[in-house]
Amino acid sequence: MPKATDKKTVSISPSSPPPAALNKAEAGSEVSRRSFFSWLSIGWVAFIAATGGYFTMMLRFFFPNVLFEPVQTFRAGFPDDYTKGEVDLRWKDKFGVWMVRNDEGIYALSTTCTHLGCTPNWQPTAKKFKCPCHGSGFRITGIHFEGPAPRPLERFKITLADDGQIIIDKNQKYQQEKGQWTDPEAFLKV
Amino acid sequence: MSDKKSLLEKLSSGQVWTSIFRGGGVPKSRRQRMMVVLNSVFLHLHPVRLPKHAVKLKFTWCMGGLSFFIFLILTISGILLMFYYRPTIEYAYTDMIDLSEQVPFGIMREIHRWGAHAMVITVWLHMFRVFMTGSYKPPREFNWAIGVILLVLTLLLSFTGYLLPWDQLAIWAIAVGSNMAGATPFIGAEGPGSALLAIGDINFITKVSDARFGLIGGRFLGEATLLRFYVLHCIGLPFIIMIFMAVHFWRIRKDGGISTPV
Repeated sequence: MPKATDKKTVSISPSSPPPAALNKAEAGSEVSRRSFFSWLSIGWVAFIAATGGYFTMMLRFFFPNVLFEPVQTFRAGFPDDYTKGEVDLRWKDKFGVWMVRNDEGIYALSTTCTHLGCTPNWQPTAKKFKCPCHGSGFRITGIHFEGPAPRPLERFKITLADDGQIIIDKNQKYQQEKGQWTDPEAFLKV
Repeated sequence: MSDKKSLLEKLSSGQVWTSIFRGGGVPKSRRQRMMVVLNSVFLHLHPVRLPKHAVKLKFTWCMGGLSFFIFLILTISGILLMFYYRPTIEYAYTDMIDLSEQVPFGIMREIHRWGAHAMVITVWLHMFRVFMTGSYKPPREFNWAIGVILLVLTLLLSFTGYLLPWDQLAIWAIAVGSNMAGATPFIGAEGPGSALLAIGDINFITKVSDARFGLIGGRFLGEATLLRFYVLHCIGLPFIIMIFMAVHFWRIRKDGGISTPV
């Protein structure tokens, strides 16, 4: 028998242990149980801190610093631009405000329905604001009289600037049910 | 009391616990511990046993794992970017500037861009490592082919993402890239053999029906191109690459785990 075939050959299959040469380095530097656990805790703390930090970043990411929306305060032209007894729709789309002039002056009505926040339509023949969502109706004054709306439309702060133009400030609102419509800034006397 | 159960045992015998974690209580034997791993959708992704050599950094470079890790980072940061970015000519560039300058932690965009560069590098290095260690050899030759497809998909993701900032670099890079598609043999209008696909006088491969047109959705780069690249980048290619990645990872295990140093 030829001796060559007796010689042991090492076949490396994926499941066989790695050659001894690879394990040489580990022999002297065995990791102790105690140090393994302390490294494991450090690892977990670092992982949780990094994950928590990133989730905090993600949450903050959803609150932008700069908004691309119309401003809350705007100039609405001169009082003479508005005719008596009419609801003016010119600022409805951009700022969400109806300008209404009566015999005594001007007020700025919010276009947000007090039921669930839809935008009602002004119906000139019926002389009412009618909400298409659930049928709430408001008089020209903003007082609710039909449908599910629980309270009147809100009014915004309306003042005159030095140059005679009207300034509407949507940050300040006046609610009839709180008796705020008598506030001098809720109604512009003309 | 000797029969008093520990809190963990009480918790793990309730219906809530056993309905979520199969396998009956706290694992005590080696087989039970293995079943816990196998019965969890997340844990079963890991091998139940790991040969020591498989975690040798100097052999694997960890490049495959890093590529996947960067892919996860790109997925998360990419989804976040989608909340602010609009793929239209009017808004794309300004939204990108808004993201990096005004939005809190706009560094998401930087993370996404640098991550994209890093992923291309790690995928190449992974391929280089697999080649140099001979890990493409049987029984792993099919997984090598899957890997080549993954490389191409990574490059396509990189290419489609390149256009989205809609700045000069992006537009001219894609102009060059898509013109190259016009020179594709047979299916590019300016490529060799494009006249062969014709019946009589009717040529099927023209400026408005060739590979370049299909890529950019028009005669020249515009709104259609931006939208097309956006959808491919955010939905189409990630979907395809995830399918191939699943097969790639599954095959590693089925082909005998990470290849052994010789």
